[in-house]
Amino acid sequence: MMTTEEFTKALEAEFEDIAPGTVTPDTDYRTIKGWSSMHALIVIAFADAQFDVLLTGSDLKSTNTFRELHQLIQEKITA
Amino acid sequence: MKAYVKAISYHLPEQVFSNEEFFRLFPESRDNVNLRKLGISKRHIVSPNETASDLAVKSALKLFEEHAVNKEDIDFILFCSTEFDHHIPTTACLIQGRLGVSTHCGALDLNLGCSGYVYGLSLAKGLVETSGCKNVLLLTASSGTKTLHPKDKSSRYLFGDGAAATLISSRPEQDGIGVFVFGTDGKRGDKIIIRDGLGRYPLTSGSMTDTADEYGNITNHASFYMNGQSVFNFGLRIVPAVIGELLAKSGMSMDDMDHVVFHQTNQFMNDTIREKANIPVSKFISYLEPCGNTASSSIPIALYEGMVSGRISTGNTAMLVAFGSGLSWAATTIKL
Repeated sequence: MMTTEEFTKALEAEFEDIAPGTVTPDTDYRTIKGWSSMHALIVIAFADAQFDVLLTGSDLKSTNTFRELHQLIQEKITA
Repeated sequence: MKAYVKAISYHLPEQVFSNEEFFRLFPESRDNVNLRKLGISKRHIVSPNETASDLAVKSALKLFEEHAVNKEDIDFILFCSTEFDHHIPTTACLIQGRLGVSTHCGALDLNLGCSGYVYGLSLAKGLVETSGCKNVLLLTASSGTKTLHPKDKSSRYLFGDGAAATLISSRPEQDGIGVFVFGTDGKRGDKIIIRDGLGRYPLTSGSMTDTADEYGNITNHASFYMNGQSVFNFGLRIVPAVIGELLAKSGMSMDDMDHVVFHQTNQFMNDTIREKANIPVSKFISYLEPCGNTASSSIPIALYEGMVSGRISTGNTAMLVAFGSGLSWAATTIKL
């Protein structure tokens, strides 16, 4: 299982418009410059590919930081 | 008699809406390099007085010319679109008149979006194999950009207009169109919808009230709406399952497929689904960059370009998987 730091780093790498090390687990991902619906799709695809977890639009709305997102995914895996 | 896909042609409207023009309208998106993942550089857009049937007629005329088809041999026209000329009559009937096809020809409209091509093939196969038709003209067309709200930036980036003409003909023995898998989830019909303007919700002044989602896409109930995240999840869940179902039903394996052609939603979504479904890149046919998502015409356009480029050859077997508004999906195999 990925640590939250590894999760943050891996998801950050999926966003091609931010430099590595820009975000931390407690960064509000919506504050990423240019945050768009495309970023949301990247998050959904990442969760599906890495964890086989389906994230809905409502799931995304219920989280703000990378840490919260990682926690939600872990909860879905163990549910 | 067995049905097979004999010929395909397509037509795109003249006017082009490039990424550069898009970024001029939506400058906040210019630095979003992630948009490149969608694999689209331009779309063709209908002019205000141009209809889906106009595009369909042009694609049919191109088919007649490009493949030396005698229009007198057409005995059925299927017109698949979500934009029709009138409430009455059936647009396919008007197309028969415009093309000058024999009055002995049947004509039928098929109201489906992105899943429509595979449904159209299934109807054409039925007409050939059970109703004695020899040459079915399947026309798919979209003028959907007319329904987009000018400030719906996600949809304006993704969608383009266009039409394709496919000739499904009969031959004595070899099966050219395989078995089908269909699916529908009308409970999620609101995920891709133009809500107002017909029987359920007539147009009112409230239809024009704009609302914005959290990403700044603006639309209203008189315009096209798509919940991108729901549709993305729909594709991720449904398509791999449909592929498994089709292979089981047909008794074939992925090794039997020379090519796999999805409805061309966008490159990011299709690549994500392709990886999930373990489809080799070498088999995967994509054609989005010059035209965007052209709804029910996207698969025949990709097939045509695959043939023109030499990637697809006569005798090849292709799996076709289409999915979209409804929600609706279907898959089949064709031997070209």
